[in-house]
Amino acid sequence: MTYDEILKISPFSLNKSEKEGILTERLKELTERHIDACPQYASMMRAVGFKPESIDSYYDIPFLPVSLFKELDLVSVPKNDIFKCVTSSGTTAQAVSKIYLDRATAGNQQKTLVKIVSDFTGSARMPMLIIDTPSVIKDRAMFSARGAGILGFSIFGLDKTYALGDDMQIDIPAVEAFVERHRGEKVLLFGFTFMVWQHFYKELLMNENKFDLSNGMLIHGGGWKKLVSESVSREEFKRRLTDACGLSDIFDYYGMAEQTGCIYMECEQGHLHASIFSDVVTRRHIDFSPCDIGEPGIIQVVSMLPESYPGHSLLTEDWGVILGEDDCPCGRKGRYFKVSGRLKNAEIRGCSDTYAVGF
Amino acid sequence: MPSVAPMRPFSDIAIAFLNDLSKKVMSRGRAYSDVFTFGFWCRRSALLKEKSKYDDLCCRLGKGVIFHSTPSNVPVNFAFSFAAGLLAGNANIVRLPALNFEQVNIICAAFNDLLEHDHKELRPYICMVKYPTGAEITDKFSSMCDVRVIWGGDDTIAAIRKSPLSPRATDITFADRYSIAVIDAPAYLASEDKDKLARNFYNDTYFSDQNACTSPRIIFWIGEEKESAKKIFWKNIHDLAKKNYALAPVQSVGKLAAFYRAAAERNVRLEKGEDCYVTRVNVDSIDEDLMRFKYNSGFFFEYDISALDDILPACAGRCQTLTYYGLTRERLTKLLACPPRGVDRIVPIGTSMDFSLVWDGYDLIRGLSRKVSII
Repeated sequence: MTYDEILKISPFSLNKSEKEGILTERLKELTERHIDACPQYASMMRAVGFKPESIDSYYDIPFLPVSLFKELDLVSVPKNDIFKCVTSSGTTAQAVSKIYLDRATAGNQQKTLVKIVSDFTGSARMPMLIIDTPSVIKDRAMFSARGAGILGFSIFGLDKTYALGDDMQIDIPAVEAFVERHRGEKVLLFGFTFMVWQHFYKELLMNENKFDLSNGMLIHGGGWKKLVSESVSREEFKRRLTDACGLSDIFDYYGMAEQTGCIYMECEQGHLHASIFSDVVTRRHIDFSPCDIGEPGIIQVVSMLPESYPGHSLLTEDWGVILGEDDCPCGRKGRYFKVSGRLKNAEIRGCSDTYAVGF
Repeated sequence: MPSVAPMRPFSDIAIAFLNDLSKKVMSRGRAYSDVFTFGFWCRRSALLKEKSKYDDLCCRLGKGVIFHSTPSNVPVNFAFSFAAGLLAGNANIVRLPALNFEQVNIICAAFNDLLEHDHKELRPYICMVKYPTGAEITDKFSSMCDVRVIWGGDDTIAAIRKSPLSPRATDITFADRYSIAVIDAPAYLASEDKDKLARNFYNDTYFSDQNACTSPRIIFWIGEEKESAKKIFWKNIHDLAKKNYALAPVQSVGKLAAFYRAAAERNVRLEKGEDCYVTRVNVDSIDEDLMRFKYNSGFFFEYDISALDDILPACAGRCQTLTYYGLTRERLTKLLACPPRGVDRIVPIGTSMDFSLVWDGYDLIRGLSRKVSII
């Protein structure tokens, strides 16, 4: 089956065995493709003694730790075919991942995102308020995951309005005008979790006039790391936003720059869902064997999309748990899961000071 | 402190102090193997044995004031560094690790006891300090010392060197280093105490997350029947690590990433194991660049050799300790005939962490004292 054919299938309609067959076939193809086209990937596969013809399931395909994309330039297409390079947002880390996209992969990312998200939002486009500053998307050839996310989601929007100015201050007149223009209409809000919290929610609290966004639907992603440090839970995040502006349809998503397009949307039950285009596997850190349902482990993500770089099977630095498969009360098929956060840093001993100390 | 008179190396009062310290910390610090090891090391008899190795003590005197900056994550290192400074005949300012370790508390409490009662005369020679980051205090100590001893690796050395020393003062620096091991396969197979060797190797490696400068990163195998030797050796190490080592998820992921980094650029092969406790990476060549890919937490490069000289490409300037099993002193000494740039210590497996007054190629007694020439 070609990817265009796969795209025609409804994203949450296949059960375990139907999905596994299609996913295994496509991922095996991608593995072979990257072995042929990316010398470093080929060298890595040789080093682990991996032969694509030997696999029975996508579980058997080696997974690359995502950090490798920060240290190596991994590409599977000729330089001339690279159409853009996306970097991970890198808000805290100094090193950023570099993901090289050709037109085919970038196109598939966009189409896949549309399929997944419209399962939640419906296919009609809505007026869209972007909780970010327009400056993050200025350089289109080399942009961050934040910019890529905004552009990706913009396809769902009409009358796209940025809620923040270049200085990250909330643009009150712009937001006010947006709310006014679309009173009574269903509107879409999109932004990165931390931006929504820090630069939107906190600013709203200080603003005298309350906006009414009870007709809005917020989709946010990008991780909880910074909010965890402020001890804000998911429940509290939602509750406080509802209190501040009436927003109640709030959906988190999980995804990474290294597999843009295949995001995992949170359903009404608060579960993150894998679509047919990708999957999550949790693995035990002792031997990397797959965890059982309900057993927490390191999250591996596989995606059908990466053709221009060998990122179709990745080991993340996140810890999570698969809650079930094919039986979420929301009706969507496939695995659903929860992310507990980043892997804890270990205090490694040794003679060299592990952090640059100021003297 | 700068006006305090220097002492002779291995002075009676220094040895008496360290011997009393030894008794106190060995009884109070039993729960901590590193505190106990320090106590055992500074017994009078052990120190007298060290003293006997020097033939020029009669005309040596301490340099004056030593400023020790000790590593942030090795609890007892400060005590050894201090003891070397005191034995060499100096007053000592010791910057303690920033993190709060119980081992440090135990040893410092013993200092206070001894200086309060039986060893009042040494009070001007001993000053343990802890201070927040900021160059001001480091500047002050650096300007008043005669020798500055810097542990903690390259970044720390670079940071501390921003503080100027007085014109005659010198640095002794302990930079980032790596270490290697050689095992003679037939000797290993013939050994009757393979369990003990496994424990020794474990102590050299996993005990410090294989991240001490003394921990071997490359294991060389020499002699016949290498494969059978490896099989038994690594099974023993694996069983010990599985039983004793707390492997965190980030370490498993880190080791996998380190392996793939090496695999992307070099011809390597992963030796499949049943789990992530021991990561063995077979390499097809040895050169200095290999250490760019080194990792910790039980991550070993392995290489078969037919002659001992074959390890020389790994003995570059950054190479600190060569640990060995089953090799004679004669064979090892021959290595120095084709002089390597690195390798400062050649010691049996299991003793890589044992502190010695000659460390990293520095003779600390001589480096921290001066020689008076009388003609």
